[in-house]
Amino acid sequence: MMEKFTTFLTMIQSKNHRWSLIFTLCLLPLLGLLLDIIFNNLGSNPIQALHIRLGDWSLRFLGITLAITPIQTITHWRGMSDYRKLFGLYSFFYATLHLLTYIAVDNNFMWGLIWTDILESPYIWFGIVTYVIVFLLGITTSNWSKKLLGRNWKKLHRFIYIAGIAGVIHYFWQLKGNLAEPLLYALILFFLLGFRALVEFTRRRLSKMMIPRRFE
Amino acid sequence: MIIKTTKAIPGHEITDEKVFKERRTLIKSMMAATLVGNSQTLLAQSSAKWPTLAQSDLSAKTLTPTPEKLVKEYTNYYEFSFNKEDSTKLAQSLAIDPWSIEISGEVENAGKFYLEDILRKQTLEERIYRFRCVEAWSMVVPWVGFPLVNLLNMAKPLSSANFVKFTTAQQPDVMPNLRNESILQWPYTEGLRIDEAVHPLTILAVGMYGDALPKQNGAPLRLIVPWKYGFKSAKAIVKIELLKKAPLTSWNKSAPDEYGFYANVNPSIPHPRWSQNSERLLGSGFFTSRRQTELFNGYGAQVAGLYSDMDLRHFF
Repeated sequence: MMEKFTTFLTMIQSKNHRWSLIFTLCLLPLLGLLLDIIFNNLGSNPIQALHIRLGDWSLRFLGITLAITPIQTITHWRGMSDYRKLFGLYSFFYATLHLLTYIAVDNNFMWGLIWTDILESPYIWFGIVTYVIVFLLGITTSNWSKKLLGRNWKKLHRFIYIAGIAGVIHYFWQLKGNLAEPLLYALILFFLLGFRALVEFTRRRLSKMMIPRRFE
Repeated sequence: MIIKTTKAIPGHEITDEKVFKERRTLIKSMMAATLVGNSQTLLAQSSAKWPTLAQSDLSAKTLTPTPEKLVKEYTNYYEFSFNKEDSTKLAQSLAIDPWSIEISGEVENAGKFYLEDILRKQTLEERIYRFRCVEAWSMVVPWVGFPLVNLLNMAKPLSSANFVKFTTAQQPDVMPNLRNESILQWPYTEGLRIDEAVHPLTILAVGMYGDALPKQNGAPLRLIVPWKYGFKSAKAIVKIELLKKAPLTSWNKSAPDEYGFYANVNPSIPHPRWSQNSERLLGSGFFTSRRQTELFNGYGAQVAGLYSDMDLRHFF
């Protein structure tokens, strides 16, 4: 028993295994959803429940992705950028499933209904903005595109901040009453973006004072 | 004194007559349903409170009701919770016995009426109606009830009664959002114009699926106005006032740009944040399209006349 546990620990400690473990853990929400579909656990409006849960997980992974840089800055723990990439791609993955659910499961490819729905629903516009950004960031993840885009890569990937804000508005605006959950997301996003603003502000002040930089 | 609208009383009489004539067809259709093995009818015959009720022509007999379980477990009841599942659980603590309804305002015969006394004088009927929520989902529910106009006539409205205001139960001990004063001003109130209130489609429901209303669905007595968004159909009504002027209604007061006084179902007038063009019919499976929403929720033939000289975009 103890032996097994030790092997497990070494496994996590080795970088490759840790990556595989986290990769697998990120699939658990999908597994949970599939089980809920099979066992009919999604309530009276299962299509909406499925749709909302996929959207929730996309937004959560976006938040986790945004949390990596502040954690690195605070803990000085390097080597987390692989995970940032992984979480970002998972946000893209769940957002894609969210979108496909909307088009196929909810609307059964009735493009007329979909078109009117999009035109008349401002909350969906924010969802589209979020998705376009997450999509562009997702397809430019590879080191190859990083080289190809050069300086523009970083500029492009800064759009994740806008994706975060648009994503929370997308969530917020489709609700009638219960605002507690989107407010929680908004608060988390506020801290994640606020932290960056603070770092940037300090950096500028320090460089004005000709003091060597302490933050990247 | 009697209400100005002359169609009120004859309308009620016509309904009764048709209910009477309908009996044979109803018995036949029920036999057919039993043969096909309609579980609902079987259930109704075994234990339900009102297993064999007459249906008027105003009931959509051809529509298939949404499975009862889905209707019972998907209810907005903001007094209890913003979450549909939680509100279903919490609503079980609502005290509904005894229940009385106060009728006041522009009426000759104001007073407090016990629900049992009201029901003794009413012939209950089943009305299968479409129910369309402003959140863009819908269902088909066989309500058990009686026309609102019958109750209003008991109180004898004066000719000065232009509007009807409905006030719902206020039990802060069991209603968390009343204690927190969350979102709306409590108690929840709704309102109708008098011609909408006396319309034969407008009913007070005391049951659904042949049985007493579950508490989360509005027990013991709720309003059902099938051509309007669901929030107009107030639950657990304790007071009905007839007024000269339009009452301020809860959602309209809280967000006037989003929820109008009329709140007639209309696919071409979107909510400011979402489209009302289509709806998800509860009980329809994965990969089935949403349903195209109908003007007045499909009751245009009966109610469009009430709004013929009005700009529906302005009076939304």
